[in-house]
Amino acid sequence: MIYREAGDFKTTYKADQDTFPIRFDRVAFWLSIFVVALIIPFFVNDYWEKAVFLPFFIYAIAAIGLNILTGYCGQVSLGTGGFMAVGAYSSYKLMTSFPSLDMFVVVILSGFVTAVVGIIFGMPSLRIKGFYLAVATLASQFFLVWLFNKWEWTYNYSATGQITAPERDFLGIVVTGAYSDPWATYIFCFGFLFIFGWMARNLVCGHIGRSWMAIRDMDIAAEIIGVNPLKAKLSAFAVSSFYIGVAGALYFAVWLGAAEPTEAFSIDKSFDVLFMIIIGGLGSMTGSLIGAAFIVLLPVTFKTLLVGFLGWPTDIAEFIQIILIGSLIIFFLIKEPHGIAALWRTLKQKLRLWPFPH
Amino acid sequence: MSLKAVETFVTEDGRSIGPVILEVKDITLKFGGVTAIQNISFDIRGGEVRAIIGPNGAGKSSMLNVINGFYHPQEGEVWFKNELRAPMKPYQIAYQGIARTFQNIALFKGMSTLDNIMTGRFTHMSSGIFAQAWWKGAAEKEEFSNREKVEQIIDFLEIQKIRKTEVGRLPYGLQKRVELGRALAAEPRLLLLDEPMAGMNVEEKEDMSRFILDVNEEFGTTVALIEHDMGVVMDIADRVVVMDYGKKIGDGTPEEIRKNQVVIDAYLGISHD
Ligand SMILES: Nc1ncnc2c1ncn2[C@@H]1O[C@H](COP(=O)(O)OP(=O)(O)O)[C@@H](O)[C@H]1O
Ligand SMILES: [Mg+2]
Repeated sequence: MIYREAGDFKTTYKADQDTFPIRFDRVAFWLSIFVVALIIPFFVNDYWEKAVFLPFFIYAIAAIGLNILTGYCGQVSLGTGGFMAVGAYSSYKLMTSFPSLDMFVVVILSGFVTAVVGIIFGMPSLRIKGFYLAVATLASQFFLVWLFNKWEWTYNYSATGQITAPERDFLGIVVTGAYSDPWATYIFCFGFLFIFGWMARNLVCGHIGRSWMAIRDMDIAAEIIGVNPLKAKLSAFAVSSFYIGVAGALYFAVWLGAAEPTEAFSIDKSFDVLFMIIIGGLGSMTGSLIGAAFIVLLPVTFKTLLVGFLGWPTDIAEFIQIILIGSLIIFFLIKEPHGIAALWRTLKQKLRLWPFPH
Repeated sequence: MSLKAVETFVTEDGRSIGPVILEVKDITLKFGGVTAIQNISFDIRGGEVRAIIGPNGAGKSSMLNVINGFYHPQEGEVWFKNELRAPMKPYQIAYQGIARTFQNIALFKGMSTLDNIMTGRFTHMSSGIFAQAWWKGAAEKEEFSNREKVEQIIDFLEIQKIRKTEVGRLPYGLQKRVELGRALAAEPRLLLLDEPMAGMNVEEKEDMSRFILDVNEEFGTTVALIEHDMGVVMDIADRVVVMDYGKKIGDGTPEEIRKNQVVIDAYLGISHD
């Protein structure tokens, strides 16, 4: 019995509600947090920072955001790229208009701006559902990208139409611009993921989170219980957009350093994040993390193994990667809508009983 | 209001039930050309078990939908707690203390039994989104005090074993029971049950009847239920409304209904499943 829960009796509601009711999981979780937060920063170099860790942290925040809206509240959105752009451009305007503002505050405020925009674009959800809502959010995706191309004020009238992140700090430590240290940006982004991941988990466990799931599962019954559909849906849009806005701000300001709307915030971004939550698991916080890790790491792994190690041409490696992701999406949509997170749970169930299957 | 609002009423089995808490007056509800409810009035007294019976398509479910605000009748008034009710949304009516279950189970399929019933506490929970995100303190305290109430309901309905089971995986009879639990969690003044025993076997029906009577007696909850099984209705109801083709054709104690010739002709005489 590698994995056990024996002797773990739950005597209080508090213990019953723990994210990790089983000791083994709890220890494993805190151990990995310890390694990620306090060990890796000492070793992280420029390559690992830019190719693995920042993308994972940032996409994980975005995936948590989209999962709140789609996985928990049942409202499909294809506007993630556009909302990330709102976060990015908000942070750019804030950084350039208030140079002394701490970067932490900039990112949070960008999240709030995106939340407001999310509420506005979430309005149609009160009238339309499913496929039609997806199309409406798709329209917001294209509208927002168009807006940041056309509205010169948003990119401070720069000739190229690009935005570039100036050097800003978090409590005196430089986290944006060309001179930021890998460990600093690493800690900064990980901090956001840790704090806001924890808050998201709290939200989905409480009565507001339940009102989202109630709307998702049976909106008529939700109403009869006292859930105002308008409030539930728009709060899901707001919270979701806040997370995606935070991710967008970090994506532009900390990770890329410069961005141009058509490329950086294209519809591809919307799909990437959607794929993360489908593969990782709809309606699961762990699923959001697993999905983000998967989609971020797959290209890196392919590049290292197939191209770097076996010497295959890049385009073939990319081709295989696209086919693999596509097949996985189809597999999970048909066979396991709760994604890798659910497969993982089943595996644990088996391990718990192993080697006695009964 | 009429005298009915204050006077009490003694039932056949000698129980004294309270003044009227809900009254529908001259309700007419149409869907295009179909008149689902035609000029119906009746009242529900505090603490009673009120049955609504009638053949399929009689308009019974539509009547519940009027009472909890899903349908807005073309004519008529709903009086609740001695006040004429303004047009309201269903979620506002939940806050007034009216809960219900559905004819076709309407549980939150992806959620556990516990979460379904906890969701039923929604009107009792008020901490805001920031408190919820922070969790420590107010939100946690609120969650636990509500959780205690929910555990009482789980014990009452004897569903401890399925507490953590996703409700979509439960057998039909248990799903009905969880749905009752979710409605009870709101601690409603008035509980509307739309065919709570449909599709159940005899044993399950007995359990459900017992739960309904216990709810009525122990918590003093007023119950209005739609039911087809005449045996059950005669057993547990204090008073009965009979509907047929959108019209009210009878209203009274089970004994009176049994003797009512119009009802016998329209409903009891012919066999129903
Ligand atoms: N939403 C609706 N739209 C159109 N017709 C409806 C609707 N709801 C109920 N009806 C009609 O109203 C009549 C009464 O239905 P219902 O209240 O469900 O009856 P019961 O519950 O007594 O079986 C039926 O003829 C039904 O077709
Ligand atoms: Mg019906």
